[in-house]
Amino acid sequence: MSLADTARSMGKAFRTFGVAAALTFGTQAMAAAPAAPVAAEAAAPVAAAPAAAASDSAAPAVAAEAAPVDKGYYTPMKPTPGKGQPVDKGWTFQDQYSPIGEQGLWMHDVILMPIIVAISILVLVLLLVVMAKFNKRANPVASKTSHNTLIEVIWTLVPVLILVVIAVPSIRLLAHQYEPAPKGALTVKVTGYQWYWGYTYPDNGGFEVISNMLSEEDALKAGEPGHLAVDNRMVVPAGEPIRIQTIGSDVIHAFAVPSLWFKLDAVPGRINEKVLFIKEPGVYYGQCSELCGARHGYMPIAVEALPRDKFEAWVKTQPGGTVGAPAAAAPAAPAAPAA
Amino acid sequence: MATIPANEGFDAHHDAHDHDHDHKPGFFARWFMSTNHKDIGTLYLIFAIFAGIIGGAVSGIMRAELAEPGIQYLGWWTNFLGGNASDFNATLHMWNVLITAHGLIMVFFMVMPAIIGGFGNWFVPIMIGAPDMAFPRMNNVSFWLTFVGFCSLMLSAFVPGGTGVGAGTGWTVYAPLSTSGSVGPAVDFAIFSLHLSGAGSILGAINFITTIFNMRAPGMTLHKMPLFVWSVLVTAFLLLLALPVLAAAITMLLTDRNFGTTFFDPAGGGDPVLYQHLFWFFGHPEVYIMILPGFGIISQIISTFSKKPVFGYLGMAYAMVAIGVVGFIVWAHHMYTTGLDVNTKMYFTAATMVIAVPTGIKIFSWIATMWGGSIEFKSPMVWAIGFIFLFTVGGVTGVVLANGGVDDNLHDTYYVVAHFHYVLSLGAVTSLFAGFYYWFPKMSGRMHSEFLSHLQFWIFFVGVNLIFFPMHFLGVQGMPRRYPDYALAYSYWNKIASIGYVIMAVSIVIFFINILYAFLAGKKAEANYWGEGATTLEWTLSSPPPFHQFETLPVIDDAAHAH
Repeated sequence: MSLADTARSMGKAFRTFGVAAALTFGTQAMAAAPAAPVAAEAAAPVAAAPAAAASDSAAPAVAAEAAPVDKGYYTPMKPTPGKGQPVDKGWTFQDQYSPIGEQGLWMHDVILMPIIVAISILVLVLLLVVMAKFNKRANPVASKTSHNTLIEVIWTLVPVLILVVIAVPSIRLLAHQYEPAPKGALTVKVTGYQWYWGYTYPDNGGFEVISNMLSEEDALKAGEPGHLAVDNRMVVPAGEPIRIQTIGSDVIHAFAVPSLWFKLDAVPGRINEKVLFIKEPGVYYGQCSELCGARHGYMPIAVEALPRDKFEAWVKTQPGGTVGAPAAAAPAAPAAPAA
Repeated sequence: MATIPANEGFDAHHDAHDHDHDHKPGFFARWFMSTNHKDIGTLYLIFAIFAGIIGGAVSGIMRAELAEPGIQYLGWWTNFLGGNASDFNATLHMWNVLITAHGLIMVFFMVMPAIIGGFGNWFVPIMIGAPDMAFPRMNNVSFWLTFVGFCSLMLSAFVPGGTGVGAGTGWTVYAPLSTSGSVGPAVDFAIFSLHLSGAGSILGAINFITTIFNMRAPGMTLHKMPLFVWSVLVTAFLLLLALPVLAAAITMLLTDRNFGTTFFDPAGGGDPVLYQHLFWFFGHPEVYIMILPGFGIISQIISTFSKKPVFGYLGMAYAMVAIGVVGFIVWAHHMYTTGLDVNTKMYFTAATMVIAVPTGIKIFSWIATMWGGSIEFKSPMVWAIGFIFLFTVGGVTGVVLANGGVDDNLHDTYYVVAHFHYVLSLGAVTSLFAGFYYWFPKMSGRMHSEFLSHLQFWIFFVGVNLIFFPMHFLGVQGMPRRYPDYALAYSYWNKIASIGYVIMAVSIVIFFINILYAFLAGKKAEANYWGEGATTLEWTLSSPPPFHQFETLPVIDDAAHAH
């Protein structure tokens, strides 16, 4: 039953997401498309104002939504100690705030840990028994046994069975990690630069948030953990799937947030994609996880998850930030080449 | 070194000359133009110890820097190597130079030369009853290529490498950090170093394969070979098949860097991830290259001191073959976060876990060899038993990391660092010490101190566990690898690891005192100083063996070497 379940989700994941690591030829084209909003960013603030004014007749839905004076509001959230960040002397996984994280943690804590601890203890006990029972004093004459087919078959087959027990939930976890984002999901494009992060919001006007590490003093002043705090966070809505796309602009970086069980390389020339679902609002810290040069250790990640309305208010504080999402963005796109 | 072995007096075809049949060449000819497998083995061992001191010192600098949060010592080292410490980026670059040097030195210039070049050269010909290696001059070339490769790597630390002096790409030399990301000759020197030592290893592998296939003494069938010889045979095949792929990959790096090709540059249709596939197609077999001869050494030692033949000899031999074969089809488990598609990831998860099966066979067979034995806890045995436990701990964390879904959190964290140091630093290196104490009196003719060896074991055991066990905690808490500085929450376990380093360093000092003791005051070693359990051919020769052994080939009869 569980096998059938796994097979089903495998098939689903395959059909819909098998192209994640497509050949470079494919990704070249993909890379070019999201690059457009970035390039348009500079022009966006200028272009956005007339667009909003003209939208009264063109798109009534948008006009009703966007009151002309709404500049949005945003105050950086204070991080909760012990949530979304490492804890002093911690020796377990960070608490998980995504469904995949909970499943991954379960996989590790319930399946893997008991098995590997049991194996280690078994080997240790066997070694101790052997040392106690078969040392020179206890057993002066060595036996000459060098074969026992039955026991050799057993210690080959039992590990195989144990591995099957591990493999089934492991494969299921993989399948879940690859479930693609639903159609309307918010897209955030994460770009790794030497040595900072850029977060582009193509669904919200295509602005890019540039995120640099705060100095130790500034972080402490802001009540944030040193070496993890940044000046501008990646702000996203909580409680909904987000399509994260990563790309590297110079060398390979990796976008990683331990408390969300999320790690994806940002490779030049290809777009990697994965769903991020954050269950509750909060600040979740991470760090670059692929060696990218001198300041590899100095480009942390801070993800701030907010309720949808507060997220939208934040979007409006950004240059060219628009809400109303795919519907509003769609007419804007064909307009761009015309202008 | 003029030894006159009692039982090796026959020397038929030299009767015309004097009867000292050793005929050693003069100093320069003997050590710089050597064609003698034992002398070349000795050169390899001395070289590996020297490289190990440098690689170990580099890790000392790293542990000192990581003992406290913040940057303390990197600036000094930057100035020391001719960089500009007032530029903070150049200072941080020094960190990457250190991690790169530590990795490359320990892999290519410490473990491999010691375990294959050193023990392999010394004991493979003797164990199969051969007078020397098949290609003695090529053997010499192998060593000196490795030596020059090391010099090239050392040179790279003093020339510009992008943000600062030295190659700061990590031992994996990932593109594009190693191409467009590191201007200056340092990375070229590092790549050249890998070319040279790689060429040396390929020649060595050819030499071992030819020797083992063609020069076995009468009666020494493949299925009677000691397991150490089996392990070197499998390793030699891994080297022969894996190293050319590395050579190709780093040659493509060189042309990308210097001649305008774009193998790994997306701007020209290349792909950075292609480099990772090529590198790990070599890199994963490489980790077995480092550990398989260790397996062989441990098998010899366990059997000797249990006074029993190895349990399940055929299973043991073919488990190594299986590990070697499967080792070639699991490489992408090093790349779970690069954006592999889901089926690829599922395949590599499953294939990787398969390796646990032959590895388990080996662990259980070692224990079964001891079962029913009459175990003597001599120094090599203590190290070997320590190896079995430490390697098991490193192995089971490998099973955790094999799961692509779990690796999504652990990849490139200290958990990975802990895992591969348990299997290499605590696995391969422990087997090196075990082998060293097992064979040192055979090679030198002098007994080491059993007390000092035991003392070193226990201090080493405590030290390395203190260094590396807390790294599991750092890893699950999310601390990434290759970081010179970290968040305050990670400081506690980092401090402990650095204390562990000091303890481990003490054990290394004891190791050198032990060697010194052996040469200054050690008892003369008999031919078979381990007694009845030691049954392989090296124990039929004097300690040290004559300059040329087996001029009359030994004949292996069924009774003496039945497994």
